[in-house]
Amino acid sequence: MTSATLAGLVGAALVGLGLYGLIANPQPLRKILAFNLMGSGVFLVFGIVARKGAAAGLQADPVPQAMVITGIVVAFAASALAVALVLRLFEAAGQATLDPDAWAKPPDGGAGAE
Amino acid sequence: MSVLQALDIGLAFVVFAVAAWTIFAHGAFAATVGYVVYGLLLALVWIRLFAVDVALTEAAIGSGVTGVLLISAAARLRAAERAEPEKSLSGLSRLLVAVLCAVVAVALAGVVLLLPEQGPSLAPQSMQRLPETGLGNPVTAVLIAYRAFDTMLEKVVLVLAVVGVWSLAADKYWGGAPGEARAERPEPTLAFLAQILAPLGILVGIHVFWVGADEPGGAFQGGAILAAMWIIVMMARLTEAPRTNAFWLRLALVAGPLVFLAAGVAGAIFAGSFFAYPPGFAKPAILFIEAFMVLSIAVTLPMLVAGPPRREPRR
Repeated sequence: MTSATLAGLVGAALVGLGLYGLIANPQPLRKILAFNLMGSGVFLVFGIVARKGAAAGLQADPVPQAMVITGIVVAFAASALAVALVLRLFEAAGQATLDPDAWAKPPDGGAGAE
Repeated sequence: MSVLQALDIGLAFVVFAVAAWTIFAHGAFAATVGYVVYGLLLALVWIRLFAVDVALTEAAIGSGVTGVLLISAAARLRAAERAEPEKSLSGLSRLLVAVLCAVVAVALAGVVLLLPEQGPSLAPQSMQRLPETGLGNPVTAVLIAYRAFDTMLEKVVLVLAVVGVWSLAADKYWGGAPGEARAERPEPTLAFLAQILAPLGILVGIHVFWVGADEPGGAFQGGAILAAMWIIVMMARLTEAPRTNAFWLRLALVAGPLVFLAAGVAGAIFAGSFFAYPPGFAKPAILFIEAFMVLSIAVTLPMLVAGPPRREPRR
């Protein structure tokens, strides 16, 4: 097995792990983290497509590489916005949960609010 | 089995294990610290794929800047975590989710294994026209020349993200500075680190941008390193985050996309098509655009990490 195929398999596993975390972890921040994990798995799978496109004296196709670089930056921008939303929710409401039941009853006096 | 193969397999296991830690760790803080380690290990995997430009980006942005963002958010959300443990899924639904995710991962792994040894590639085309751009690094050529429109729009996405983050400020804080008022004194250790690291880091950042024309590196990576230096200096409280209504700040935020767009329009006038560079003048034009992109990235990323304004805008 080549190192490219191995990296692709790791990418596939990361997508699975990230998807699990996104669904199963209740905390919003953990979901954002899991989403980033899933994204990096997708990038890695795309990375082996680049590696298998090695030609013309290059070790990897530059086009997917450039797209992954763009993707990493955009993923960061999206994460920053998501984190800001979670922190704002926590600041405004004293809790940062996505559980609808927790919102039905009033939060406990804004225990964590600043 | 060669040494490299053994290292590859070891690296794959460690990456997977750390990734699993970020998902299954108990505390959010522990998970986010794990994520930084994961990002750095992933950069090594990218090097093994001969994608050094991506590895640099992953280490600087994927691991470094995202790590600071997540860790500081986890620290601020600790109170929420302690106050009320979140209700998690029942055992059965967890199992169902795990099965679903395993199916997705296995399907994707199947696709990976079925890929042909030699895939379709745009490498020959990008090498063929490379001399016309005057660049030596084909990845930079893709970013700033062949797919310039993508990269320009991506800069716009960054600006939009800053606008989105700033819009979350309470009304009275609009235009003010992000971050708490200077209550804490500089942490001596962190201040020392910032004083030693920032001057070197700024040099490294500019170097990475400059060599990006011919070697691995470029505007994103260099800009991200510069951004990290500003973040460290702000974290050490050697300087405060600027007011978000400062004219120079807003100008620096939009300078990258603005210059890029202007270059695109100039291409339509002088070189015959949108985002075309005039022959013989491509490399100076590309470096000019990249210099402003570096500036914008170096300002945008710290502003995204700093979050919405939290202080009133008066001086």
